[in-house]
Amino acid sequence: MTGRPLKQIHLAAHFPGVNNTTVWTDPRSGSQIDFSSFRHLAETAERGKFDFFFLAEGLRLREVNGRIHDLDVVGRPESITLLNALAAVTDRLGLAATVNATFNEPYELARRFSSLDHLSGGRAAWNVVTSSDAFTGENFRRGGYLDRADRYTRAAEFVQTAREFWDAVDAPARHRGPHFDVEGRLSLPRSPQGHPVVIQAGDSDGGREFAASAADIIFSRHSTLEAGKAFHADVKRRLAAYGRKPDELKIMPGVTYVLADTDADAQELAAEIRRAQVGPGTTINYLEQVWGFDLSDHDPDGPLPAADPVVDSSLVQGRTRLGDPVALAAEWRAIAAAKKLTSRELVIELTGRQSFIGSAATVAGQIDEFVQNDAADGFILVPHLTPGGLDGFVDGVVPLLQERGVFRQDYTGTTLRSHLGLPTPGER
Amino acid sequence: MPRQLHFSAALDSPGHVSAPHYAALARTAEQGGLDFVTLDDSFAAGPHRPDALATFARIAPETTRIGLVPTVTTTHTEPFHTSISVNTLDWVSEGRAGWLVGVSGTEAEARAFGRRDAAPESDLWSEASDAVEVAARLWDSWEDDAEIRDVATGRFVDRDKLHYVDFEGTHFSVRGPSITPRPPQGRPVVVVALTAADLPERTGLAVRHADVVLLDEPDPAAARSAVGRLRLEAGEQLRVLVRVEVALPDGVAAAALTERIAGAAGVDGFHLVPADPVRDLAAFVRDVAPALRERGILRAGYPGRTLRDHLGLARPLSRYSTAARTAIAAEVSR
Ligand SMILES: Cc1cc2nc3c(=O)[nH]c(=O)nc-3n(C[C@H](O)[C@H](O)[C@H](O)COP(=O)(O)O)c2cc1C
Repeated sequence: MTGRPLKQIHLAAHFPGVNNTTVWTDPRSGSQIDFSSFRHLAETAERGKFDFFFLAEGLRLREVNGRIHDLDVVGRPESITLLNALAAVTDRLGLAATVNATFNEPYELARRFSSLDHLSGGRAAWNVVTSSDAFTGENFRRGGYLDRADRYTRAAEFVQTAREFWDAVDAPARHRGPHFDVEGRLSLPRSPQGHPVVIQAGDSDGGREFAASAADIIFSRHSTLEAGKAFHADVKRRLAAYGRKPDELKIMPGVTYVLADTDADAQELAAEIRRAQVGPGTTINYLEQVWGFDLSDHDPDGPLPAADPVVDSSLVQGRTRLGDPVALAAEWRAIAAAKKLTSRELVIELTGRQSFIGSAATVAGQIDEFVQNDAADGFILVPHLTPGGLDGFVDGVVPLLQERGVFRQDYTGTTLRSHLGLPTPGER
Repeated sequence: MPRQLHFSAALDSPGHVSAPHYAALARTAEQGGLDFVTLDDSFAAGPHRPDALATFARIAPETTRIGLVPTVTTTHTEPFHTSISVNTLDWVSEGRAGWLVGVSGTEAEARAFGRRDAAPESDLWSEASDAVEVAARLWDSWEDDAEIRDVATGRFVDRDKLHYVDFEGTHFSVRGPSITPRPPQGRPVVVVALTAADLPERTGLAVRHADVVLLDEPDPAAARSAVGRLRLEAGEQLRVLVRVEVALPDGVAAAALTERIAGAAGVDGFHLVPADPVRDLAAFVRDVAPALRERGILRAGYPGRTLRDHLGLARPLSRYSTAARTAIAAEVSR
């Protein structure tokens, strides 16, 4: 890498919850809803000079087999409201809310994000997601369903319309399109960032194209070096068609990590955490998503179910099924046979979430390697403990990244755009 | 013996979009021992102001006792989002949230959303009533002890304590349950602003759902009789605060306001609407509040932590809880 200046790493903190990442059985696991928990994680992220703090969204409680899923953390605040409160107790940290473009309207969201940007002094970010299932729709006026093909056309037009509202400082915006026919002006002057930062999470071709055309950050799932490089190359290549430069879109995979004093200790701890994340009930649930029928009598510590999956199953809702179930079952049987795995061990193998495992030095080295090799521009870190799960990373790994000269010693600007090195629209 | 009254104040400051401005005002009101502050909102293009609920969430960590009651409108918004937003304000303020229910009646607001035409206010208020009903059901949809963290069975929640709300109305339906656990106050305080001769739909919403009415009626006799009617219909738990426009440029004005408040009869308190919030709130706290306290009309300090505590309102049981169901069954069988 001689001759090329070191790439600077971007880091974000994801408040964990509403999936099986969080090990809520750990005695150190605190409240998932008290403000103090969010505050602790955000303050830690800011102490670590992170770019931003991130909240996910899910607008209906997940169900399995027609019943509310009860094995994982569940329950979360409304993101924008929570982030406004965090703006009071932080100073520089970006504040990112995941908000659905299907079950909202552009005028209202443009106003809410502009308000967050004003009230935080230029730290707002919006992760635009597009879930559109009728199951979630049952909580909303719109009710139903947006065709899979339409979700990104609506999302793209939604973001475009929001930007028109953000820009319409002197005269009303007027937008006519297939999804929106609106006219109006926000009750706010241009916000500090002009346009709050836009994040995209989603992986399909349509999702990547949408990101290339409209997003500042991609929250991706590709957390191995090879997959990351391929994704990075693919997405960055798409930018030119929109007149954008490669560094105008930051790729930040969501990753977990396990830290210990030595690499061996960390591996041991990682195995322990996986078993805590994938208990017997979670194993059965996961299998049911593929098999499509009730497996409550199946032994999670024995082999995979002998019967074949049911193809047209309505067992799973609020979550996409994992693909062609019969092919998948065959694939899983092959893996289990080759590696001699029980059902639970297989699920652990398949869902193994930890991306970086080791001592602080090892993890710092891996993160740096990913970024310098263009497998990512940074990471969205998901701790497995609330709210203290980021403490060890900030105290152990961040100083090592700083020593390597790949992560800021301190913030140099006040807005999230300045942390990301992105221009402020509307500023000349 | 004079009765202690409840006080609240509007922080509306057209043209201000900065958090420190609102935080300073709320802290002043808190020094004066007021129960809560309100902040107006709408989807109109003017005046310049940020989203009211966002503003109050932003200043919640910078205050400790004062209740925070933003206007949130129901016409173009999703009731589900409103429910979880007000709920979240209660979490971030640790039990100090309220909701001043509003509607959006103008063409311009309708065009900004592009989803429906402007409708008559009477329709909008009956829809608002549905929105409040849905919000309250969603707040109740997690029983207080739904989170069990039962390590032995691996269950984080007891799904029998999470409830579908299954609301079906003319404008929308909502399945539930909420995604946000029941807020600290059980239900944030619902506030409705009324005139003595308001639309039946708006008054009906207040009677069915409000914890507090802000009554805009300058004539004392008319105000008294309106309070009587509201109490009769809504019950003794309703708090009616009469709106009073406040301009306190000097000590004379402060003394006059003190006398006016001390002479009030038949109301639960006042909602102060300052002409100049920065000047008038400071003057109220400095000049009027101590005089009221001396006369036993304004309490010294806060009696508890939550807005319900300040207002003397009990924390409601979830309507879906076993205890509440038993109570209802007993009521019905009598
Ligand atoms: C890393 C990542 C995080 C996501 N987080 C959320 C979320 O918090 N809420 C949500 O509704 N959808 C979330 N999604 C779902 C995406 O918005 C999208 O619906 C999904 O990835 C399918 O789109 P695709 O076919 O383009 O991948 C996430 C997706 C990814 C890849």
